[in-house]
Amino acid sequence: MAAIKQVLAPSHATGRLLLGVVGIAVAVAVISMVGEFRATQLASMAYLGVAAAGLTLLTGLNGQLSLGHGALMAIGAYTAALLLPDADAGTPLPVVLLAAVAVTVLVGAVVGVAAARLHGPYLAGATLALAVAVPGLAIYFGDTLGGEQGLSVSVPDVPVWLADAIFFLTGTDPSRGRYVSYVAWVVLVIVLVVLANLARSRTGRRWRAVRDDEIAAQLVGIDLGRNRVLAFVVSAACAGLGGALMALAVRLTAPSGFTLTLSLTLVAAIVLGGLGTLTGAVIGAALLTFLPQVVTQFGGGIGLDDVQSAQLAPFVYGLVMVLVVLLAPAGLVGSLLRWRMRRAGRRTSAVLDGPPPSVPSGSDSSDSSDSEPSDDSPTSTQPTPRGAHS
Amino acid sequence: MSTTATSAPLFGMHGVTVTFGGLTALADVDLDVEPGQVLGVIGPNGAGKTTLFNVACGFTRPDAGAITWRGEDVGRLRPHRLASLGIARTLQGLGLFDGMTVLDNVVAGADRWARSGFWSDLLALPRSTRDERDLRERAMAALSELGIAEHAARYPAAMPYGLRKRVALARALVAEPDLLMLDEPASGLSEEEMAELGELIAGLRSRMSVMLVEHHIDLVMSVCDQLVVLDFGRVIARGRPEEVRDDPAVLDAYLGVEVDTDSHPAPDAVTHLGEGPR
Repeated sequence: MAAIKQVLAPSHATGRLLLGVVGIAVAVAVISMVGEFRATQLASMAYLGVAAAGLTLLTGLNGQLSLGHGALMAIGAYTAALLLPDADAGTPLPVVLLAAVAVTVLVGAVVGVAAARLHGPYLAGATLALAVAVPGLAIYFGDTLGGEQGLSVSVPDVPVWLADAIFFLTGTDPSRGRYVSYVAWVVLVIVLVVLANLARSRTGRRWRAVRDDEIAAQLVGIDLGRNRVLAFVVSAACAGLGGALMALAVRLTAPSGFTLTLSLTLVAAIVLGGLGTLTGAVIGAALLTFLPQVVTQFGGGIGLDDVQSAQLAPFVYGLVMVLVVLLAPAGLVGSLLRWRMRRAGRRTSAVLDGPPPSVPSGSDSSDSSDSEPSDDSPTSTQPTPRGAHS
Repeated sequence: MSTTATSAPLFGMHGVTVTFGGLTALADVDLDVEPGQVLGVIGPNGAGKTTLFNVACGFTRPDAGAITWRGEDVGRLRPHRLASLGIARTLQGLGLFDGMTVLDNVVAGADRWARSGFWSDLLALPRSTRDERDLRERAMAALSELGIAEHAARYPAAMPYGLRKRVALARALVAEPDLLMLDEPASGLSEEEMAELGELIAGLRSRMSVMLVEHHIDLVMSVCDQLVVLDFGRVIARGRPEEVRDDPAVLDAYLGVEVDTDSHPAPDAVTHLGEGPR
């Protein structure tokens, strides 16, 4: 029983897989039940979540701050837009998404190699330049990329099998908007499961080691450059995927959608939620998606006119940001984890106050050359090499 | 492994010279570490001990000289290649990964034993899971060897210095290196802890060679098989501890005076150096 419980825990790979399946089921159910507008909002939350999840891995786990992830989203979005120019393009969505990932991975690798050599503010500056420059490219190559007007994205028809399945489950035909929302959430859940795998694996540990101490990381055999580039590429792939989903959800890809604001929004999402935690990235994305609308409605509710209530949103957004940084500097999820950790720490130290860390008192050991287990150490459960306890 | 009767040294530095600007940090330094040997590098402050370690680890490129591993020239050494060669090093500043638990710190040290790659990590294939379990077992064994297994779930930043020092040592030992380099292992330790450390190092001889830089003469004298004494970047003496202890050049370097002409501080120094158990 305990073993089953352990396998199903999210700390276990199988548990994460199962959680993912449940997550997809819940997401599909929720999207089917809410109205068309909410479904679109949920799609926005999903694409922000995908990109933010990638960014939180890069910044939280590997310690590289990128202010240019909006630009990487743009690259994914334009790739998707070029593959879906009109209704009869007929490119299947999985192909579109994979192509967006592939192109962003290539760009991410190049940027990552440069980024791996930069630190702190220099890295932020270089990626900031990326965020500013990439939308400009769309205007420069106006013939192919549509200039200021941008490219319209035509979402392919809902596949018949999926339409049938949805009709069977909900009794309605899914609209295209809802279809995109389903796809976005399935992608989000898959991305979260895969990134959680990575974060808990050897690869994730190497990234953390690089973040915490470069010298010590090298000494345990970690190639700093390779791991930095790898982290950047993984995170870029997520940004590209998020961008492609954004193109599908918005149905338009234009430079105005990928301004510096988008990059900063992503950073805000991961800071709000808690750096380095995937749950935090999703919560951050949810806040950024729903907060403005909720606040605007609230403004209308307390008798403000339209303009005033529209102005209320950025104000509350800023206020929330300031409050989180002041009161929960590790972010919402991060602070919760820290609080739990501190409680757990208090409990262990309480236990430790009892019997002191057992140290077999001095004597012999260096001369017991035969590998006879030492007689006087009740604590050593496994055979310790001579003289090696304490 | 067993190099039979030829017994090439495990690790060697030959004619290593390092200059920083006009300053010579190391001048034509030679040293060999034999298998199973504990080699101590001592010398007054600024003698070049840390530079020597940094050259040995590839953090500093020497202007001249060669580094050999098992009798072969390793060429240009890169720090992240050390672990796979079988060299582990502790740092003076410990360099623990503060954002990771004690267990994860030590598991990171065992990285050279992991085989799983990026894709199997991404998909959490059974191979990765198995690998992780193996590393975790190795790390727990290293932690209990040093008597700190019960701290596995804690974060190092919140732990007292002595314990953190053991975590750093466990992280080096878990790699099961053939050569362990210890940078000031006794600094900040109490008398009692230092005695334990001495026993520990002596006990490592059967498993690996040890090269250490240390200020505490007592520890060095009791635990080392061979000493190399540096002063102003030069080797001024080498040999077994009892030989080095009576070397006039060593006394001179530590006191900055000619021992046999100026009699005032000399007796003190002799007793200080002589305190170490034989």
